[in-house]
Amino acid sequence: METSTILNYLLFVPLAGALLLMVFPSANKNAIRYFGLFTSLVTFIISLLVYYSFDSGVYGFDKFQFEFKYSWISDLSISYYVGVDGLSLILVLLTTFLTPLTLLSTWNSIQIKVKEFTFFMLVLEMGMIGVFISLDLFLFYVFWEAMLIPMYFIIGIWGGERRIYASVKFFIYTMFGSLLMLVAIIWLAVYASSSTGYFTTNLLELYKVSPALGLDIQTYLFFAFALSFAIKVPLFPLHTWLPDAHVEAPTAGSVILAGVLLKMGTYGLVRFCLPLFPQASVEYAGWISLLAVIGVIYGALVAMVQKDMKKLVAYSSVSHLGFVVLGIFAFTPEGMQGAIIQMINHGLSTGALFLLVGFIYERTHTRQIADYGGIAAVVPVYSAVMLIVALSSIGLPGLNGFIGEFLILIGAFKSPVLSNWMYAIVAASGVIFAAVYLLWMYQRIFFGPVKKLELRGLTDMNGKELFIMVTLIIFIVWIGVYPTTFLQMTDKYSSALVNSILSVNGIIIR
Amino acid sequence: MIDLIYLTVLLPLIGFAINGLLGPKIKNEKVIGVIGSGAVGISFLISLGIFFELLGKPAAERHFIVNLFQWIKVDYLNIPIGYQVDPLSILMALVVTGVGFVIHVYSIGYMHGDKGFWRFFAYLNLFIFAMMNLILADNFVLLFLGWEGVGLCSYLLIGFWYDRKFENSTTADAAKKAFVVNRIGDFGFLIGMFIIYLTFNSLRFEEVFAQVKLGGIPESTFNMIALFLFIGATGKSAQIPLYVWLPDAMAGPTPVSALIHAATMVTAGVYMVARTSVIYASAPTIMMVVAVVGLLTAIFAASIGLVQNDIKKVLAYSTVSQLGYMFLAMGVGAFTAGIFHVMTHAFFKALLFLAAGSVIHGMHEEQNIQKYGGLKKYMPVTYLTFLTGAIAISGIPPFSGFFSKDEILWYSYANAGFAFWLVGAITAMLTAFYMFRLYSLTFEGEGRFDHHHVHPHESPKVMTVPLIVLAILSVIGGFIGIPEIFSGSGGNQIKNWLDPVFKPANSLLAKHGAHSHFEEILLMAVSVAAAAGAIYFARFVYLKRKDIAESASLKFPGLYRLLFNKYLIDEAYDKAIISPIVKVSDGFLWKFTDVKIIDGLVNKTASLIESFASQIRKMQTGVAQFYAVIMVLGIVIAFFWIMASL
Repeated sequence: METSTILNYLLFVPLAGALLLMVFPSANKNAIRYFGLFTSLVTFIISLLVYYSFDSGVYGFDKFQFEFKYSWISDLSISYYVGVDGLSLILVLLTTFLTPLTLLSTWNSIQIKVKEFTFFMLVLEMGMIGVFISLDLFLFYVFWEAMLIPMYFIIGIWGGERRIYASVKFFIYTMFGSLLMLVAIIWLAVYASSSTGYFTTNLLELYKVSPALGLDIQTYLFFAFALSFAIKVPLFPLHTWLPDAHVEAPTAGSVILAGVLLKMGTYGLVRFCLPLFPQASVEYAGWISLLAVIGVIYGALVAMVQKDMKKLVAYSSVSHLGFVVLGIFAFTPEGMQGAIIQMINHGLSTGALFLLVGFIYERTHTRQIADYGGIAAVVPVYSAVMLIVALSSIGLPGLNGFIGEFLILIGAFKSPVLSNWMYAIVAASGVIFAAVYLLWMYQRIFFGPVKKLELRGLTDMNGKELFIMVTLIIFIVWIGVYPTTFLQMTDKYSSALVNSILSVNGIIIR
Repeated sequence: MIDLIYLTVLLPLIGFAINGLLGPKIKNEKVIGVIGSGAVGISFLISLGIFFELLGKPAAERHFIVNLFQWIKVDYLNIPIGYQVDPLSILMALVVTGVGFVIHVYSIGYMHGDKGFWRFFAYLNLFIFAMMNLILADNFVLLFLGWEGVGLCSYLLIGFWYDRKFENSTTADAAKKAFVVNRIGDFGFLIGMFIIYLTFNSLRFEEVFAQVKLGGIPESTFNMIALFLFIGATGKSAQIPLYVWLPDAMAGPTPVSALIHAATMVTAGVYMVARTSVIYASAPTIMMVVAVVGLLTAIFAASIGLVQNDIKKVLAYSTVSQLGYMFLAMGVGAFTAGIFHVMTHAFFKALLFLAAGSVIHGMHEEQNIQKYGGLKKYMPVTYLTFLTGAIAISGIPPFSGFFSKDEILWYSYANAGFAFWLVGAITAMLTAFYMFRLYSLTFEGEGRFDHHHVHPHESPKVMTVPLIVLAILSVIGGFIGIPEIFSGSGGNQIKNWLDPVFKPANSLLAKHGAHSHFEEILLMAVSVAAAAGAIYFARFVYLKRKDIAESASLKFPGLYRLLFNKYLIDEAYDKAIISPIVKVSDGFLWKFTDVKIIDGLVNKTASLIESFASQIRKMQTGVAQFYAVIMVLGIVIAFFWIMASL
């Protein structure tokens, strides 16, 4: 095993930054902001370094690079063990890319307890990166749970009126799922000792022993893991924490929540559920895909009738993430690649939507669609940017959303596991509803005569806001026009994973 | 030169970028107009150069693919950004950039003084970019990019005056309706594309069509593919049942109606069917569906056009009706005739719309033809060019519309039977009637406008010169498709030109028995006579005996109202589909299922646990004696338990 310490810096830098913040005087808000931004930029640069020396030609779903291992609880063979493959790396990049943008966006909107806020954001970043690079289930679990804490505070302190209700709900909902996962992890580690001779939570070792389990045991364990991930995704009908959390969270919280936290659910499904329990995954693929497809349509229809912009975007996430889950459980390279790229797309587009809602909220202090109307003439740049982002979310070809949806649908169509076109056909009808709810919202906010006198005084986006949005739009267009840059990162990984699972199940394609 | 085909796509994109990003800074209308028109004009010249280069090659070698870069690649799915140059795509490119250029120039005059001048030209260029992708794509996915792209531009341009009212709603409503209805069609197109991929493991035209020719694939598969693709076509090309967006699309500025909602975008569905003709030829059942839908749409829309009073609305229904003709052609296997009609229709319908725009311009934005009259003396160029267009669409020889329409009618008779011809010919008659009703009420008779406040005037040269160019094309455009009974075998130029493209499809289609020249000439004479009669009758009614029209509407009030209210289709869609979906989503899905059931269950669980906990909490009394009693009780129970199990 080739060791590399670079991944440690990904965890260490945000943590160190957070701790160093303690010595800053609370009154010096700008110094705190600059330092937080600086720390997150350094983290981003480190992740880029990882990307540049990453070899995407490695075939396999259990081949990691830049591994680092350090024995932690040696009696239980639990180690601090990290490493990345294409799947982790692309999500780490999403995290390190969104964090500085999010911090930048809070420059004016967060005015109280700036130091604490920046602290929690950096700790959160470390937790998210940790989730994506852990190769030890115990370590993963620690990061997975630890991440709840900063998010809990971000919603609970800087949130809206019902922030306490929302943050407690968020915490308990996700905690509930995790506990079953913990039981399953321990069960697996104990089971592994029967073949390895020792208790282990090493993911690579578990990859080898776990698929040998009988279908009945796999089923229990699969659902213990999947429940926790499904809540995070969120998969219908486990989604009701999401609208509350989003509405009450501050903009930065919503961006990170939608941009990265939800992806931890889908990441978990791909990283753990599929390779650890391949038979159970295939056995229940139909049911999970059914929920995913229901989510696609249900989320879109409920989004359509929302009156609060943030709630609308929140429900649209339920719809989009349904696509991702459908792609994962299609068990085709197209579906898997589509699901992975769609995770990134959703992070960019929905993140951008939440930021845009935040920008206008800062000016008017209302998120009710009905309070707006006809502002296209007042804030032309803002409305153009919003249109591009909405179109990317709608899945217009040439922008990022299309690539993901197209691959997912084509993957679901030719799926050897789902073997019924209805999943793909019903999901495809989601493209109609996406156009309805977003364009309808767009029309009510921007078109028509200017509705109220005070809207005439709205100021257009400032330089900082424009910078944030242009940065996001560059990637929105990049993925839409030349997705190869991103697809090739996980190309080999997806094929390897799908082929392995299908062969374990004795399914032969062509 | 052929390698430069990508420039015809790229230049309009550059034009869009310049005007879209810098437009507000440039401000100068001339500069913006020249950039916008120039980008399209140069694209036209390049297309023309490529056309002549193709012309110089033997017919069998007129096919090239220019690959730019790999777009989407996963597993063996490999979609390039690649453009295909062949007789069909280059003909379409000439029409799109040629008519497009003329309309761009016209817009410089029409949009003069509009605060969104730069935005308008940016959108128009973006539209040309998307449309060129649509027609030049060498695979289904890139075609789909263009397909959705033109839909977006249509959305942006219908809603261009986003703060205005339109009929009972707003321009924004019309724009959204167009986009959403198109998306319903696109959904069908997507599904069709997926089945193609599943069947042929490819989405590139060359590879797919090669496998179709090899055979061995069941007809039912072709039926499915063809049907789903056709659903896409009904959306984009405004056929029953998805035509409802097009009449509302008239909320956009008139050059947009001419370019997008008459000449180019709406013919995309026809183009797509022609492009995939080999698939359709393998699915004869669906071809019949296409023919019937086209025919029904043609006569249905024409009947609505009879009684409308908005000049643009009449033209809009006329467009729906003419598109129906084109699908009729596709359905009966007359692919060349269909594309021929796409071309001639692009000339005369763009002309009619632009002339209508000139009228609206000269009449201070009034669009009601009942408030026009006698305009020919005020706007002579508009009058003459409009008349040219009206004659062309009515199918009077030797104007262009005659040749393409006659070709379609003849093939309907020869390949599908007398009934198809008859309905088609009746539609042609209705067309001639409503066009000359429109013409008569607008340009002839007495002026019915307020002479004190309205002073009709001719439009500036920048608008009238495009009218003259299109009028000339509307007259001579048909000569490239003179039927072989007049021009001799091999004398039909457009047929020879497109033959290599449609050869595979034609060889698959069943051969019909030979028909005599006498039949062909007889039918031609009958339809021309019917059209001429309709023209005469329309002029008679609307210029001399207006009482006939009035008494007809009084005599059949139900029928009149039905036509005037467009068969109440919009209202029916609203009642049967749209409002139920909204109501169910709002009342049942959200407020009941989501809030009451799902979230209610979650909160109920939480409160149950809470109340349970608050019950057991009472055990924690804090009284030490009570704890001691419980402890002793526990020990006793444990003792007996152990004893019992020994």
